[in-house]
Amino acid sequence: MANEEAVFFSRALTELTLSFHIIYATIGVGVPLMIMIAQWVGIQKNDEHYILLARRWARGFVITVAVGVVTGTAIGMQLSLLWPNFMELAGQVIALPLFMETFAFFFEAIFLGIYLYTWDRFDNQKKHLLLLVPVALGASFSAVFITIVNAFMNAPQGFDVMNGQLVNIQPVLAMFNPAMPTKVAHVVITAYMTAAFVLAAIAAFRLLKGSDHIYHKKALYLTMKLGLIFSIGALLIGDLSGKYLAAYQPEKLAAAEWHFETEGEAPLMLYGVLDGEEVKYAIKIPFALSILAHSNPSAEVTGLNEFPEDEIPPLYVHYLFDTMVTIGMFMILLSGLYWIGMKRNWTFIQSRWFRWLIVAGGPLTIIAIEAGWWYAEVGRQPWILHGLMRVPEAATTSGHVGTMLYLFAFLYLILGVGSVVVLTRMFRKNPVEREILDREAEKTAERQTKGGDEE
Amino acid sequence: MTLEIVGITVLISFLFGYVIVGSIDFGAGFFNAYSLLTGKDRILTNVIQRYLSPVWEVTNVFLVFFFVGIVGFFPSTAFYYGTVLLVPLSLSLLLLGIRGSYYAFETYGARGHKGYSFMYGAAGILLPASLSIVLTISEGGFVEMVDGQPILNYRELFMSPLTWSIVVLSIAAVLYVSAVFLTWYANEAGDREATDLLRKYALIWSLPTIITASGIIWELRAHNTEHYESLLDLWWMFALSFLLFIGTVWLLWKRKNYGLAFWLLIGQFALAFYAYGISHYPYLLYPHLTIYDGFTNTAMAAALVIAFILGFCLLIPSLFLLLRLFLFNKEYVRGRKEDEHA
Repeated sequence: MANEEAVFFSRALTELTLSFHIIYATIGVGVPLMIMIAQWVGIQKNDEHYILLARRWARGFVITVAVGVVTGTAIGMQLSLLWPNFMELAGQVIALPLFMETFAFFFEAIFLGIYLYTWDRFDNQKKHLLLLVPVALGASFSAVFITIVNAFMNAPQGFDVMNGQLVNIQPVLAMFNPAMPTKVAHVVITAYMTAAFVLAAIAAFRLLKGSDHIYHKKALYLTMKLGLIFSIGALLIGDLSGKYLAAYQPEKLAAAEWHFETEGEAPLMLYGVLDGEEVKYAIKIPFALSILAHSNPSAEVTGLNEFPEDEIPPLYVHYLFDTMVTIGMFMILLSGLYWIGMKRNWTFIQSRWFRWLIVAGGPLTIIAIEAGWWYAEVGRQPWILHGLMRVPEAATTSGHVGTMLYLFAFLYLILGVGSVVVLTRMFRKNPVEREILDREAEKTAERQTKGGDEE
Repeated sequence: MTLEIVGITVLISFLFGYVIVGSIDFGAGFFNAYSLLTGKDRILTNVIQRYLSPVWEVTNVFLVFFFVGIVGFFPSTAFYYGTVLLVPLSLSLLLLGIRGSYYAFETYGARGHKGYSFMYGAAGILLPASLSIVLTISEGGFVEMVDGQPILNYRELFMSPLTWSIVVLSIAAVLYVSAVFLTWYANEAGDREATDLLRKYALIWSLPTIITASGIIWELRAHNTEHYESLLDLWWMFALSFLLFIGTVWLLWKRKNYGLAFWLLIGQFALAFYAYGISHYPYLLYPHLTIYDGFTNTAMAAALVIAFILGFCLLIPSLFLLLRLFLFNKEYVRGRKEDEHA
């Protein structure tokens, strides 16, 4: 029944949509929290610069939100259009978090509209900040609910199978599946981390491009500090994810680590190439895989040879895993050095090459997000619903998927180019130096019209 | 009332919500682009932008809510509609993508950029046309089952007068609803010139709307007799709807009470829309799928209903706040400078 071409193009189109959407979605989840923190710091320190920071981030944020919303709508619909059999089956058990996600999204959308248009309506900035709380909550909870669906695909539970039918369905149990805690935590915290490092990259870039304004320095320090905290959090949760995989999806962990024989004292392999079952030129970290999987250097880690050949994912996921981990580690190091350097007045962190590294950190964290999601999705192959439904059984049988792939590639091209062009134009036309001057002039004018009694 | 009925009632209500807010939104985008083309942007752009700006994202959520909800309550729709709608809905998604993002690009990034305005204006007017195909397909006659898989007959679909009547109705209705609403909004804003122009648009589009709507009922007689007959059973709802239509047009003509005119229009569309929905019962897709054989299990249905009630309690006060701050706030509608976006 499965139509191979349709399966191939359905996978390609889903991958394309997710890869594009995840950039905007990650920013969309992380940036509201950054805006909130900046505005809060601004209120606490009574520092206009942080308020302006929040305001300018919010302005850029709207553009990314718009692309996130429309591409999110696309992936939401594509789930049914490309994977109708999957949605028909899984929908019976996991429709609840999908439905809840629309409420989170609704909530976020309403308050974002209000927040954007009420910057100057309140004399008390704190009231305005309060309006941002539902935006940040809505954004994060969207991520939570959607990730729960993805977790369910990895560790389905909350139902029994009887004669090919799903019976005894428990929607809430399905939501709280074993993959859920680590996956949700990992997705949310890496979104915060990515947002922080992307904003840090922008600040560092402005400083490199000749602006020496204290505004950018404050922005850089704030975002690097936040990035450090969130990246350490991501590391800790990543460790827990390893333990989840060892317990529930050992083949996914083993594929990432090219671990063939079940054995204790397993080393962690970084990079290298595969020759048959032999790993060459890899950096071996002794005991590390056993520790990652079971917190015990001598613990036994299940190898790929325990699984039938048609139930293990493609082995290139190793590189995806390594890319994600390497970038994560690099960002901890970079932001850690920056933070200590600021405390101890090390001059090299103010140097151009170090700032260029921070600039590179923005795109690098995005690459880490992509690699992480590719690993998550390809590592689940051949399953769409682990142990229950294979990808080819789930796909549409339509003969037009190939054409749709080109259609959407075209759409993402215009959205990607459009958003970049608009964002650059927006901030280039209104640099922060000018906006600070404008605001001061406005304030003086206001004071004078009030009668100058403050003089 | 069974869970099936509760589910479909919630969904059709959100679809109705989308039809109204979406119409206002898409029509406004079109009028904005049209006014740029005819050099009347000085009159219209301000009013349109003030309304559209804080609400565009909310509009989109109504649609997402509907399609996530329908797959949740009726998972079999994913199989039937998911398979046959790949091409039509992908086109809708393309238009939606352009419409949503280019609207934001123009509003927040490049105010007054003509290219962007035309892009989202055009995408917005094609969008209802492409989405309306779903309603046409639901009437049956375009989907065959081959080897247990539903197949859409494109030739049949494109040759059918029903398809094109529904397309025309969707466009006419979008422009009509939008123009009536904006007439009221412009009047509230105290903008005489814009009110007059929009009132003219509303009157122009009233006739095509009512003619195509009646025409479609007549066409259904040949296309889907069963549906046609259950439509006739609800004749009084359509009659009432027509009276409300007359009321709106009369008020517009007499330049009286534009607010009431808009609420009558909501009544007109609600009656017609629900009558259409009720007469469609029990079919989701003639004759393959009914709300009973496509329904999810009781546990999931109960969970969804509870989630809906809780979500709704959160949503209603928030929506109310949004409306109070922008739509029904005289100060905002008239345009104080302080309310510019971030």
